[in-house]
Amino acid sequence: MSSVNDRYYVPHNSYWPILGSIGLCALFVGFARVLTGENIGSTLMVVGGLIMVLMLVGWFGTVIRESQSGSYNQQVGRSFRWGMCWFIFSEVMFFGAFFAALFYARVLSVPWLGGEGSGFSTHLYVWPDFLAAWPLLQLPDPSQFDVAKAPMAAAGIPALNTLILLSSAATVTWAHWGLKAGRRRQLIVGLALTIALGLLFLGLQAYEYRHAFTDLNLSISSGIYGTTFIMLTGFHGLHVTVGAIMLMVILGRSLAGHFTPLGHFAFEASAWYWHFVDVVWLILFTFVYWL
Amino acid sequence: MTDSIQAHADEKPAGLWRWVVTTNHKDIGTLYLLFALLMFFIGGTMSMVIRTELFQPGLQFTDPLFFNQMTTMHALVMIFGAVMPAFVGLANWQIPLMIGAPDMAFPRMNNWSFWLLPFAFSMLLSTLFMPGGAPAGGWTMYPPLVLMTGDAFPYLIFSIHLMGLSSLMGAINIIVTILNMRTPDMPLMKMPLFVWTWLVTAFLLIAAMPVLAGVVTMLLTDRYFGSSFFNAAGGGDPVMFQHIFWFFGHPEVYIMILPAFGVVSTIIPTFARKPLFGYASMVYATASIAFLSFIVWAHHMFTVGMPLVAELFFMYSTMLIAIPTGVKIFNWVSTMWRGSMTFETPMLWAISFVVLFTIGGLSGVMLAITPADFQYQDTYFVVAHFHYVLVTGSVFGIFGAVYYWLPKWTGNMYNERLGKIHFWCSVVFSNLLYFPQHFLGLAGMPRRIPDYAIQFTDWNQVSSIGGFGFGLSQLIFVYVVFHAIRAGRKAPARVWDGAVGLEWSVPSPAPYHTFQEPPKLADGQLQSEGV
Repeated sequence: MSSVNDRYYVPHNSYWPILGSIGLCALFVGFARVLTGENIGSTLMVVGGLIMVLMLVGWFGTVIRESQSGSYNQQVGRSFRWGMCWFIFSEVMFFGAFFAALFYARVLSVPWLGGEGSGFSTHLYVWPDFLAAWPLLQLPDPSQFDVAKAPMAAAGIPALNTLILLSSAATVTWAHWGLKAGRRRQLIVGLALTIALGLLFLGLQAYEYRHAFTDLNLSISSGIYGTTFIMLTGFHGLHVTVGAIMLMVILGRSLAGHFTPLGHFAFEASAWYWHFVDVVWLILFTFVYWL
Repeated sequence: MTDSIQAHADEKPAGLWRWVVTTNHKDIGTLYLLFALLMFFIGGTMSMVIRTELFQPGLQFTDPLFFNQMTTMHALVMIFGAVMPAFVGLANWQIPLMIGAPDMAFPRMNNWSFWLLPFAFSMLLSTLFMPGGAPAGGWTMYPPLVLMTGDAFPYLIFSIHLMGLSSLMGAINIIVTILNMRTPDMPLMKMPLFVWTWLVTAFLLIAAMPVLAGVVTMLLTDRYFGSSFFNAAGGGDPVMFQHIFWFFGHPEVYIMILPAFGVVSTIIPTFARKPLFGYASMVYATASIAFLSFIVWAHHMFTVGMPLVAELFFMYSTMLIAIPTGVKIFNWVSTMWRGSMTFETPMLWAISFVVLFTIGGLSGVMLAITPADFQYQDTYFVVAHFHYVLVTGSVFGIFGAVYYWLPKWTGNMYNERLGKIHFWCSVVFSNLLYFPQHFLGLAGMPRRIPDYAIQFTDWNQVSSIGGFGFGLSQLIFVYVVFHAIRAGRKAPARVWDGAVGLEWSVPSPAPYHTFQEPPKLADGQLQSEGV
């Protein structure tokens, strides 16, 4: 046993990556065909999505089995931790692009269209009636886009959602304490609470979207305010969903008796990811809803 | 127990299927390099179409739309298909060998990083046959022009998503391998410089590729879902695309050159038979270039309309890059100073890199001067500039690396005479190809056009002749590699007598699995020692 563990575990021959390439390619080609109005697009998407699910379950399943059989030494664990950190960093940069778009619009493009600074002549000759304001409820050219009636208020559901996500960060940390102290009950209850709070967040977010679409006429196509609102909250919601799925897997594994007080990388990775979506939400709440 | 591990470790499945399911860093490195070579020829064919059309003024062979498809696709294929995968291939082969690691940190993910690429490029190249043709708005995909692409549009976006995912996973793998898999005797400041430059490159990739993914996603939603990121009618701004794109695009430029710096820093000490001059300053210069790459992006946009303060900031920050780059040039020259130099093929590529990359760097400083850029922008001067850094820089660096390490990979020496013929043909023809483009640009010939005013004819013909010659010269390279594998004489473990580094302590060809136990470092085995 120990002679195996001294060495860095190098797996041999895996079918999962090529399956993942086929699945992802089918998903994208299918989506492209839907967008260009060609046939079998949605079928291809479903097939590609199913292949991806199969791949993810298979690949992660293999890794979990290897981990449970003791194939991984501490150095492998360090690789996983580094890998997750860099992955989260890449996600930070991804959100950074969308926040950059938000700030560019708020600080530069909308005021310029309103005639500020070098935008003077654009304003004068193209859209002299446009008044710069944020949230943007009057568009430079209203004929191209269907503008929102009112902005999304920060009080109410968004504030409540902030509270929910912050509590979920506390519960996941409490679960971690339980795991480290060997109190499995606390681990399981903490994880279940975190998942429940995450799902509650998503439910409220869905309700808020319905309110935005039906009552406020606020959608992706209602000008740059709606565009940044939907894209930022949408991608954030997607990440909460992924985080919740990760935590559900962790809960399942905890119930199956996986993880030890000293070795529980998968738990840590999911918790880090959860904190990451939490921090994104705080920035989002501040700049998309509140200020 | 130990026997079964050993047997398991040597298992090397036969047949083509091996290459599909492999998790071995050497196999995957080979796949990357072969893929890059294939793309080099596909992208090269497109450039031949461009140079053929430009041989004479007027429209001879292509219609303008197809010409624009060629320039766009040539750039995308060469950047994402040839140069980047070639460097990742070199990293795959060499980094574990150079740091004494048994493999990459995530061998399965390594396989996926590669195997996304054939799918991504099948998707991208298939657009050539779609209604409306391939993307033709330039590789920079500026809206609103790119939004007028035909059915190819979503395929362009999704192929970039796939390439980005591949690069991102490759970069995470490389950075984790370097940080966590080094033999215990090797602290960061004793790593070979190729490993250092790749560490920084991987960081740049992880920081930049998600931004590209984000911005092309915005293009997709602008076209199909009614968002108004880049539409002023809804409060957005087309210029915003350029800002976000070049925030990715400028680090991307260094992603394509830093590993070449590492290659040259490896080759020159070997053939000058002296340790690299100024190891630590090379490391700090690399890190400085990486930092600066994030605060210079708008020098690609001087004429697009920016506040004066921004023009000045981006001019000065861009000029700062000349300092760490100059440090590197001086260090390479100082390494050669009073060395016992010999001029085997890898060394020829490295020396020509130093000279020709410097030409590209200096025309870069010219372009950095905002008022001067107002004259140069969108002319062939820009084309000449970035081909000097990308072809006689990056691509020459890759060729140098391949000649340097080919004996280690194949176990056989390449034919030195043929290698030198390949080098001299390439260096003569590439200068014939690109140097006149400086004159054309300064005389006012715009880039990305199929036709031109009659006074530009002479230099265009010279450039085209250089282009055809350079293209044909690359066939010699294919023959050299093929010949080395088939008929080369056996190479010893330490192929070059001045070479240092762990990769030379294993036999040639390198066994399928190496350094399953972390190696001990002997004296003088590292590049940084003796400085």
